[in-house]
Amino acid sequence: VRIGIDIGGTNTDAVIVDRHERVVAVAKRPTTDDPLTGISDALTTVLSQVDASAVQRAMLGTTELANALLERRGLDPVALVRIGAPATLGIPPAALWPDDLRARALAGYTIVAGGFEFDGTPIAPLDEDAVRRFASSIAERAAAFAISSVFGSSYPEHALRAAELVRECAGEQVSVTIAHEIGTAGLIERENAAILNASLLSSAERVIGGFQRALADCGLSAEAFLSQNDGTLMGASQAAAFPILTVGSGPTNSIRGAWHLSGVADALVVDVGGTSTDIGMLAGGFPRESARAVEIGGVRTNFRMPDLISIALGGGSIVARRDGELHLGPDSVGWRLAREALCFGGSTTTLTDIGVAGGRLELGTLDPGALGSELVASALTRLDATLLENCERMKSSHEPLPLVAVGGASELVPERLPGVSEVIRAPHHEVANAIGAAIAEASGSFDRIVSYQHRPRADVVSEARELAVGEAVRAGAARDAVRIVSVTEIPVTYMPGGGCRLQVKAAGPLAPQP
Amino acid sequence: MWSALPGLYGVPQMELGAAEIGLLALGARLLGSGGGGDPFFASVLALQAVERCGPVRLLSADGLPTDASVVAMGMIGAPAVIIEKPPNGRELTDVVRGVERRAGVETAAVMPYIVGGVNTLLPIAVAAELGLPLLDADWTRRTFARLEQSVLTLVGISCSPVALADEKGNVVMVESSDNHAAERLARAVTMAMGGSAAVALPPLSAFDVSAHAIQGSVSYCLEVGRRIQAVQGGAPGALRELLAYTGGELLFVGKVIDVDRRTTAAFAVGTVVIEHLRDRSRTLRLETQNENLLAFEDGRAVAMVPDLICVVDSETGTPITTEELSYGQRVNVLALPSAPAWRTDAGVALVGPRAFNYQLDYRPFATAATA
Repeated sequence: VRIGIDIGGTNTDAVIVDRHERVVAVAKRPTTDDPLTGISDALTTVLSQVDASAVQRAMLGTTELANALLERRGLDPVALVRIGAPATLGIPPAALWPDDLRARALAGYTIVAGGFEFDGTPIAPLDEDAVRRFASSIAERAAAFAISSVFGSSYPEHALRAAELVRECAGEQVSVTIAHEIGTAGLIERENAAILNASLLSSAERVIGGFQRALADCGLSAEAFLSQNDGTLMGASQAAAFPILTVGSGPTNSIRGAWHLSGVADALVVDVGGTSTDIGMLAGGFPRESARAVEIGGVRTNFRMPDLISIALGGGSIVARRDGELHLGPDSVGWRLAREALCFGGSTTTLTDIGVAGGRLELGTLDPGALGSELVASALTRLDATLLENCERMKSSHEPLPLVAVGGASELVPERLPGVSEVIRAPHHEVANAIGAAIAEASGSFDRIVSYQHRPRADVVSEARELAVGEAVRAGAARDAVRIVSVTEIPVTYMPGGGCRLQVKAAGPLAPQP
Repeated sequence: MWSALPGLYGVPQMELGAAEIGLLALGARLLGSGGGGDPFFASVLALQAVERCGPVRLLSADGLPTDASVVAMGMIGAPAVIIEKPPNGRELTDVVRGVERRAGVETAAVMPYIVGGVNTLLPIAVAAELGLPLLDADWTRRTFARLEQSVLTLVGISCSPVALADEKGNVVMVESSDNHAAERLARAVTMAMGGSAAVALPPLSAFDVSAHAIQGSVSYCLEVGRRIQAVQGGAPGALRELLAYTGGELLFVGKVIDVDRRTTAAFAVGTVVIEHLRDRSRTLRLETQNENLLAFEDGRAVAMVPDLICVVDSETGTPITTEELSYGQRVNVLALPSAPAWRTDAGVALVGPRAFNYQLDYRPFATAATA
């Protein structure tokens, strides 16, 4: 038996699935400022419906960290040490970042002499004094450090030494994210990911710590996992150190949950929440991944993420006329919907009220005539046009596709949309994210420097694939369902017959537990 | 920003500012034909320079006095090195000053030696820094990895002495007997400089540039970028419009199922296999040496160098470089005709399939291929 939890901007959901991945208990509670209370509420409710001692695993998925980046909320100021001068000086750190994000996430940076050429020759000796001076001078203003280094993925020595120096000068307890531990090729992308990761550490501690305390408070001894961007599981303590690897988990879980609930492998997925709507694509039961360099909060990284369009429209979106113009969102009452929406006795007109007045939702009580029929009609027309436009952008052909509507406010999706063969609303769709977390897969990976000089590449790669599969099976995946998720090769020496960093990732659904 | 200004010599001029740099970066990704590196960092350099020094004037070569001195420049080296070790910035101006000093002339304008990939935008940064105009011309209008693979060699203009500069302040002049030797020696210097270096060709007169270079390359790249932006924005028929403008064809629509990369002395060599999206019995194989050079379907070559073979994201239309290709990506493969100078016997002899050790005779890609 497994528990899946999803912390959204508006609600915290919990579900319990049995060994056949059937949903046996469901709860939806408002998200609280300290995520702990919301999680505990949701957990207590689902656990009252099953035998708590049968729970073996608990999986958390959340959009909290992604939203922290998008909304520039709760980000820690990070001090960056880039090792590589005199190379790289033409591209300052955080170049082309949105100004407001740079202002919040980057306390300061230094580019010091050091780093390596492709063949391992130092560009310059590491300027240890410069690292010490910078770390001491910025320690009071920075909550965490990030370190990037030219060719650091192949030659980590300078980055590791700089991390030691930073701890000496800024305190042993200071958090240090070393870029090559999270990202791969491309100094700038890796450095961006490291800064964002360091900036999220205390938010991650709040969310993940809250999750672990809530489990303990409920007397659960289940293993705690977080779902990653690619929908596979990561242990909670590792996730707390590398939160950037989990920022895409919310959409991934909702798309996987939509697949599980609908049984449809290829479809549009529209997840309507309180503040935003995500539109993604199910391809063969998994989220279609974005092929381009993925931007997180407006910043280039080299992660692979679900291809997604997010629009700032949800059940809590405020509907207003200003200067004769109709505005839907982007402002939202969020989790205060149950107090502030007209249909719940509040005084704010939200998209939920429009849905109620237009007959799409049955919620609360709304005086007939509280909203002008012209307002209702034009707001719904606008909503449908926005959905249609973005669904069309998501599709890869003009052939009609089914649409799986999930999320707490998904009744706002109309029954018919051009280019959509049918709108599927499955039971429990309102907790699709938590279900996606509960059915997340175990994974295994291979990540080593290999050489093709003495053995054919095909043999080396196929052995790496087997090892990755073996590790996924040991992590709990069912052997016959494990597949290869990604194969990445990065040349290391750039020399004839030289080495290559080979990364293979395998993943598969958890084998049914005895 | 895209404004017609009265020309100094009666020729219309344009200004290149932040908006044009964005479009050029997009166009340059496509004209890289899979290689040439990601223009991202070059656009950062160009944007910073333009922000600091103001927009750059784009001139056609006949807009300069015939004896005005023009320097073609950019970078050489493995793209995988450049994304890992971005430049300092000073090597780009150092290298132009280097050839200038050697030739004893004052530079009147700079131009890209290659339009395609990172090299498209670097001369904009230099032009802004030095307060010079940029010429709307280049020597390849696609990416090639080797110095001698340029129209200069076709028309018999020597690359000697070529200058190379690194971020540490080292500048090396290479005098060579011919352009093939220039490539071999410059490559050795580049490796000694850490695998990437700024490069500048000896100054040429505006007359030679207007008589021999490929004219209008920068504005071609900009127009290509504008059409890719339309594809990215989801404009109906935008891909057709891009193909119509370039005379290109959609070769294949599929999913990447294998990427095999081997790195030789200085070039990234690889094979990419793409499975057709609907008919899984069909596969397209790309042979790459820094750039995509050949496309085979069922063992039959359907597009060949010097024509451009470009891989773009199926959903967004964003061009994907060979380094960015990875398992599972859904892609469209396009073929674009190369500049007319390349589609001649002499052009094919210099940069056709046999120049890359493929025992195949060049044939232009078929129009109306079935994707």
